[in-house]
Amino acid sequence: MRTLRAIFAHTSGRIGGFIVGLYLLLAVLGLLGLTPHDPLMQYRIDRLHAPSGTYWMGTDLFGRDVASRLMMGIGQSFIVAFFSVAFAALAGTVLGLAAAWFGRRWDGIVMRIMDVLLAFPAILLALLIVAVAGPGTSTSIVAIAIVYTPIFTRVVRGPALSLKAREFVDAARTFGSSSSYILTRHLLLNLVAPLTVQVTLALAWALLTEAGLSFLGLGKQPPAASLGLMLSDSRNLMETAPWLMIFPGIAIMISILGFNLLGDALRDIFDPKMRRAIA
Amino acid sequence: MTYLLRRLAVFPLVLIGVSIVVFVAIRMVPGDSITAMLGTEAGLLTPQQRDALAAYFGIDQPWFVQYGRWLLGLVQGNLGISPTYGKPVLDVILERFPLTLELALLSMMIALVVGMPAGVFAATRNERLSDLGVRIAAMIGQSTPNFVLALLIIYTLSAGFGVLPAMGEFSPLWQDPLRNLGQLILPAITLGFAFAASVTRISRSAMLDVLSDDYVRTARSKGASARSVIWRHALPNALIPVVTLSGIEFGYLLGGAVIVEQIYALPGIGRLVLDAILQRDYALVQGCVLFIAFNFMIVNLLVDLAYVALDPRIRLGER
Repeated sequence: MRTLRAIFAHTSGRIGGFIVGLYLLLAVLGLLGLTPHDPLMQYRIDRLHAPSGTYWMGTDLFGRDVASRLMMGIGQSFIVAFFSVAFAALAGTVLGLAAAWFGRRWDGIVMRIMDVLLAFPAILLALLIVAVAGPGTSTSIVAIAIVYTPIFTRVVRGPALSLKAREFVDAARTFGSSSSYILTRHLLLNLVAPLTVQVTLALAWALLTEAGLSFLGLGKQPPAASLGLMLSDSRNLMETAPWLMIFPGIAIMISILGFNLLGDALRDIFDPKMRRAIA
Repeated sequence: MTYLLRRLAVFPLVLIGVSIVVFVAIRMVPGDSITAMLGTEAGLLTPQQRDALAAYFGIDQPWFVQYGRWLLGLVQGNLGISPTYGKPVLDVILERFPLTLELALLSMMIALVVGMPAGVFAATRNERLSDLGVRIAAMIGQSTPNFVLALLIIYTLSAGFGVLPAMGEFSPLWQDPLRNLGQLILPAITLGFAFAASVTRISRSAMLDVLSDDYVRTARSKGASARSVIWRHALPNALIPVVTLSGIEFGYLLGGAVIVEQIYALPGIGRLVLDAILQRDYALVQGCVLFIAFNFMIVNLLVDLAYVALDPRIRLGER
């Protein structure tokens, strides 16, 4: 609750929060099929119709409503982004905590594996995974999750190592607290702040990667709508129907902007130096 | 120094890890490379011919035997033959690499030339309207995916000025520098845009940190001019985060910009890897990924060395 109030008091937090909220609403509506038109319905007579009262963002080559497809695409992108970041955060937290807690050999093995994954450029690793598993929603989720796991592992391991050496952990141990209790109650709770910031920024990145993969035709397959694919399809019709490019392009941009703004605000809020400045 | 040595020791380990991951992954891609290579003509092959081809490319063996052979070749500087191009993998990569390198350098130049002054400017006008303007621009820049920007640029050029970006056959820098620059400038701006935004943000915050330090106050109080304080005293100390960020971004760019190369029809490393994956050209995928990972690690190492050069405290701290 206090965090929410702090976000609201922070200018970019307010704007970012508003954008993210709006997109969440659009995503839910898009996924529930509560769109102005059926996103898959082809209104053949109205092919390449410019934006109007009936078709707010125009129609595409097949006469499908762009606004409705956009909402469906946002829903699609958000599913991929949320699940992939959730898996990455979970895996990264477990691995990072394990590396910090068990130390020595465990730490070495986990961190060297993460080094290997980090040596790949992100999009390349995602491409390779998609090539192996075939394009589609679940593959995009797995690919983005694997690419982002090493980053979460690092974000968790560093602070976990320094927390582990703090007195309160020794104190908890002298009281006879079990390892799992210390890990969840003392370490994990103290990691909530950096994790929240990282999750928000990772969501921005996941949206970007999902759009990139579907732009290359390696994400959600047609006739379902995805923002990247809509953008990619717009390329040949750019001059006759610019709305096909402009709306999905701006939709992708603003969604990423929203999460970036929110992430920035959260970083300010959780940074104790800044908190003092606000208070 | 020991830190750098330790980093160097990990190098081959990570590269071997990378190569095993790629080796196994690319062999898990459904479909076989001979069919992918020959297309419909693959149907005309007799089983004997198919076996002979597989044996020729060495893909009839189990993966660990193939890996062993590949590793042995690697030690001798031989990355194998690409079935798609019928040439040594290293030759194919080195043909494409100059473009990627040039594009990465151009993008970084744009990012630094635009981003650093913008960041310093914003920091010196902290919380004023001009600072806010720079920050908003940088935030938007950082949130614009390069493929969206590429399409917007192409659209603006074609709709507004009736021109299209120079595509067609790519001319290398040493053959026709002007034409080469004409082909690369828009992709470089596309890639440099978000990069410049990140540079702006990080140089602004680094500069703000430094400007509140005691030695800056000392320099000011002894009467140094505002310009000298910023450029001589503050900036060198604010450079470290900028160098880190630029190095990492540059390392990524050396891996090729798959989507931007695709949009501008540039034959760089990014498209080479994408095509190689789609073609199941095992040798080429392995070679490319290893090459990219190697470059990436080298760049990261250079960034670490640059730290030491920029910050004498790191050197002293080690004693």
